[in-house]
Amino acid sequence: MSTQTGVDAAGRAPVAARTLRTDRWWLQPAITVAVFVAFIIYSTIRAFANTAYYAAPYISPFYSPCLATNCIPGTGELHLVGSWWQLSPALLVLVFPLGFRFTCYYYRKAYFRSFWLSPPACAVPEPHRSYSGETRFPLIVNNAHRYFFYAGLVLNVILTYDAILGFRDAQGHWGHMGLGTLVLLTNATLLWLYSLSCHSCRHIVGGRLKHFSKHPVRYRAWTFVSRLNPRHMQFAWVSLVWVALTDAYVALVASGTFTDPRFF
Amino acid sequence: MSYDAHLRVWRGDAEGGELVDFTVEVNEGEVVLDIIHRLQATQAPDLAVRWNCKAGKCGSCSAEVNGRPRLMCMTRMNTFAAGEPISITPMRAFPVIRDLVTDVSFNYTKARAVPAFSPPPDLAPGEYRMSQVDVERSQEFRKCIECFLCQDTCHVVRDHEENKPAFAGPRFLMRIAELDMHPLDALDRKRQAQDDFGLGMCNITKCCTEVCPEHIKITDNALIPMKERVVDRKYDPLVWLGSKILRRS
Repeated sequence: MSTQTGVDAAGRAPVAARTLRTDRWWLQPAITVAVFVAFIIYSTIRAFANTAYYAAPYISPFYSPCLATNCIPGTGELHLVGSWWQLSPALLVLVFPLGFRFTCYYYRKAYFRSFWLSPPACAVPEPHRSYSGETRFPLIVNNAHRYFFYAGLVLNVILTYDAILGFRDAQGHWGHMGLGTLVLLTNATLLWLYSLSCHSCRHIVGGRLKHFSKHPVRYRAWTFVSRLNPRHMQFAWVSLVWVALTDAYVALVASGTFTDPRFF
Repeated sequence: MSYDAHLRVWRGDAEGGELVDFTVEVNEGEVVLDIIHRLQATQAPDLAVRWNCKAGKCGSCSAEVNGRPRLMCMTRMNTFAAGEPISITPMRAFPVIRDLVTDVSFNYTKARAVPAFSPPPDLAPGEYRMSQVDVERSQEFRKCIECFLCQDTCHVVRDHEENKPAFAGPRFLMRIAELDMHPLDALDRKRQAQDDFGLGMCNITKCCTEVCPEHIKITDNALIPMKERVVDRKYDPLVWLGSKILRRS
């Protein structure tokens, strides 16, 4: 329902139909909602499950780094959070990747269009009577995207380290590899591509400069990120789905439902 | 091969109007503007339509075809099925004058409000020197033909008339970004973009990019970089601290 301040405002060309678009403009937001809801349900269940997140040498990305003393032995030695923490250790780290994705410039488009319908599609009226965008709390917090990006980089380093640890066997001997190693390596690679194609990354490495000619190294870095940046949406989706699949793979192996095929 | 197309063209003025049905001949290779011209020549001589170059470069024939903001001269008829009704309305973010012609003076008011290029005061005309690599980033924005389709589709003003005083729209926020990226522009445009031109209202839904007939990456290359520059100036305490320590402006 449009308001009198929108396309029905006085003086504009009135049209009875809500939209004259004849294409399937609703399909993209519908798919976005379906995938997001599926991910939110899955990740919430897994984050609170506090079980089946480690099958040596693989650790689920939802639980890495495992910072609480109630972590399964072998998942990490850095217990920054004491025994007072009785909830799932995943809750301590998931806030950072979730914050990174929530404030991401691509995801902003996705959820503003699909969940908030603001607008649901281009030139399709939104249902809200007023609109202040990202000028007020809570959406003004989206301006903190770069801080979540920094945290995301730290997590990427840790998840890459986890993937490298996958070249061990269950007893900790190096020089082995299984299907899980490939799953974790793919996960780390996709997360790096998603992070490095980020708009804040593009700004930080060189976008904020007025004179590229005075900073040739940063200009090259900006050029590199600018090549990745147009694929940010694809990296966002693929890395989101893959991180859930990686967790599911570790959960299946850890619960004994599936045996990790070892290559060597 | 010719066929008869079913057109639904908005006819009326500021007092009111409606979609009127017409059947108009279409020939191979024609665009929507050709059909509107044929309609004008054969059935509706008083149909008001603004057009000029017929080559996608003047930005005059902006309208909404099947509800999507488009240049009529760049919308080929073979993208529609032969029997499909095709609706053509004026841009619906602006007041209508008559038929397909709208009053786009909102855009000229906003254009005048953007401070012009401001070189450093100690630099005289003729002394401007800059590297190609420093200016080529914003040259993309110079492709703008000012068709105002991005302004028309932006929901901030399209769906909220009350936002027009506070929001300049993607075309003029892109202009501010272009000037802010200019190596010789000395004005602080970051606070201005946020406080005076409403950059904070943009929620990155990319409709401006989607409708741009010049394929300018308005959101990715102008609006988001400008938002990041505003964060530097207004919301990032580390950048603020760094600028104080290093005595940068």
